[in-house]
Amino acid sequence: MKILVCLKQVSAKESTLRLSEDSLHVRESDLSFEINEPDTFALEEALRLKEQLGGEVVVVSLGPARIQTSIREALAKGADRGIHIETENAESVDRTWAAGLIAAAVREEKFDLVLTGLQSDDLGTGQTGVILAEFLGLPHATIIMEIQIEESRIKAKRELEGGWFEWVEMPLPALLTIQSGLNKPRYASLLGIKKAKSKEMRRVTPVELGAEVSGTNALRLRKIYVPVKSKNTEFLDGTPKEAAAKLVERIRREIVSSPS
Amino acid sequence: MTQSIIAILEHQDGKIARLSWEALAAAQKLGAALNLPVEAMVLGSGLGHLAGQVAACKVTQVISLDAPALESYTPDAYCLALHGAVATRSPSYVFLPHTYQVREFAPKLAARMGRALLSDCTGFRIESGEVIFSRQLYQGKLSADLSFEGDGPYFISVQAGSFPAAQLERGENPAPVIEERVELPKDQIRTIPLERVQEAKRTVDLSQAEVIVAVGRGIKEAENLPLVEKLAAALGGQIAGSRPICDSGWLPMERQVGSSGQTVSPKLYFAIGISGAIQHLVGMKGSRTIVAINKDPHAPIFEVADYGIVANLFDVLPALTEEIVKARQS
Ligand SMILES: Cc1cc2nc3c(=O)[nH]c(=O)nc-3n(C[C@H](O)[C@H](O)[C@H](O)COP(=O)(O)OP(=O)(O)OC[C@H]3O[C@@H](n4cnc5c(N)ncnc54)[C@H](O)[C@@H]3O)c2cc1C
Ligand SMILES: Nc1ncnc2c1ncn2[C@@H]1O[C@H](COP(=O)(O)O)[C@@H](O)[C@H]1O
Repeated sequence: MKILVCLKQVSAKESTLRLSEDSLHVRESDLSFEINEPDTFALEEALRLKEQLGGEVVVVSLGPARIQTSIREALAKGADRGIHIETENAESVDRTWAAGLIAAAVREEKFDLVLTGLQSDDLGTGQTGVILAEFLGLPHATIIMEIQIEESRIKAKRELEGGWFEWVEMPLPALLTIQSGLNKPRYASLLGIKKAKSKEMRRVTPVELGAEVSGTNALRLRKIYVPVKSKNTEFLDGTPKEAAAKLVERIRREIVSSPS
Repeated sequence: MTQSIIAILEHQDGKIARLSWEALAAAQKLGAALNLPVEAMVLGSGLGHLAGQVAACKVTQVISLDAPALESYTPDAYCLALHGAVATRSPSYVFLPHTYQVREFAPKLAARMGRALLSDCTGFRIESGEVIFSRQLYQGKLSADLSFEGDGPYFISVQAGSFPAAQLERGENPAPVIEERVELPKDQIRTIPLERVQEAKRTVDLSQAEVIVAVGRGIKEAENLPLVEKLAAALGGQIAGSRPICDSGWLPMERQVGSSGQTVSPKLYFAIGISGAIQHLVGMKGSRTIVAINKDPHAPIFEVADYGIVANLFDVLPALTEEIVKARQS
């Protein structure tokens, strides 16, 4: 089984987000980075399938030089090789751009299964994987919580709203977008980290992939801003004890009337 | 290109889902602003009754795409049917609800037509004749303004709660319903839907709780949960969690609040160390009084909170529990 996992590097969860002067980016110098959370679950699922069925796990990531740390991290956890699509510019909100580049970089390899995260923590469009399925001509299913491989077919459990799930079946090759929480991602071992250094990392630029894959450019980002707060929240300050006392005063009625 | 707007509506158990009414409300709002007619579109097999419900709204017509293969949803069948129907009409805008189903087929549909989808849209305004759309970034910590370039149709999926269904306009007369039979080549529908299951067994009904104390990833370790349990006990409330807390098994799945968990509306809701991602907010923003405790003053949870304490929860919780015990005893 030859599996591709799409990994995106995103700003770490508790980073402070400061805007660039042109209000089009978040300033990178203030950030630390990590692998997009659902993508870590997608990687773990791929590694488990490989352990079960044999084969190869390849990771692909699109972005500037810094994302190589994330590719290395995946290699240290057990992925066999990495593909780095080197871009300088910030990610386009038109996801046909990213999906087009990834498709161009991996099409020839004929993967049996492609896994992506269901959405990224930064742009959060939830589109890259689905568009990639279209560009690679693959059947797909999204927000997946469980996978079963049966010969040349795959069964996947889709999450639905309100605690419901739906099982779907499709032929391989296929693409699934993975929801956080479907497994317990492993940590890299020391040996894994050492081995990762000598694993293959293919680097390729958009120009090498052909200019025609630059996406539709049909959506333009005009401005990023801190949301204007519309709710009139009363903030209670002071020491923890003071703030707690003030809060209790405000909600005394609800507190006293609630069941015991 | 026809100058029109199409709203594609989703249904379940014979009813149009709430978020789809919101998508139609969004389409009507843009239609009114740009002076464009709005058409509604539904997909399925034998949808007469359903199309009738939609026809009561202010739309120029209801298009009902009908095929046996549309009886159960599959992304392939939906993309095939909609590609044909949208391409022939070539509207300026296509609105959809940002549901799990739409997330699955709409990016593919737009890409197949060589267009972009603006997913999870929260609003729009018109500036010098140009439509500027907004959506969240960084899990609600930032917002962005975007606009479309080039030719339509422009695809937009709308976020839950952004365009209230209460603003939906009814029509003076029922709109005509156009039934369109579509042929879908069987070999191009690759996914087979199997059974639907509801996993989490419901032993607690959080929707009936009067007080809920919900905890998020700010609690750091499962070992710290007793801090929150004590507060819940002092309040006589139910404990609940954000998704990552339930995913990690620190709380049972049935105590998860949000779009993939329970929807609650207690008199009092405490959000402790919860950032306030939209998927959490949709499950609890109907609560009467919301208290948020978070060390980040910009956490999106404060957008719905009536009272906020910006502090380390490990300092605040013990003090708060103590004050509440005192208040309940006096
Ligand atoms: C399709 C889909 C469905 C989803 N369904 C749900 C759902 O049903 N329910 C749900 O909750 N989520 C759901 N999510 C996940 C959601 O997007 C968020 O990732 C999740 O709600 C975040 O949980 P959190 O706020 O606990 O964690 P985080 O986002 O990590 O936030 C932790 C918060 O704690 C604060 N904090 C940290 N340390 C402290 C401290 N010492 N004192 C005080 N504050 C502190 C931080 O400032 C931060 O705001 C869904 C996501 C998707 C894509
Ligand atoms: N720059 C990227 N490099 C690799 N994979 C990506 C990239 N951007 C998005 N993806 C994949 O697509 C998923 C959805 O991202 P998005 O469409 O941005 O919400 C992510 O979880 C990744 O698996």
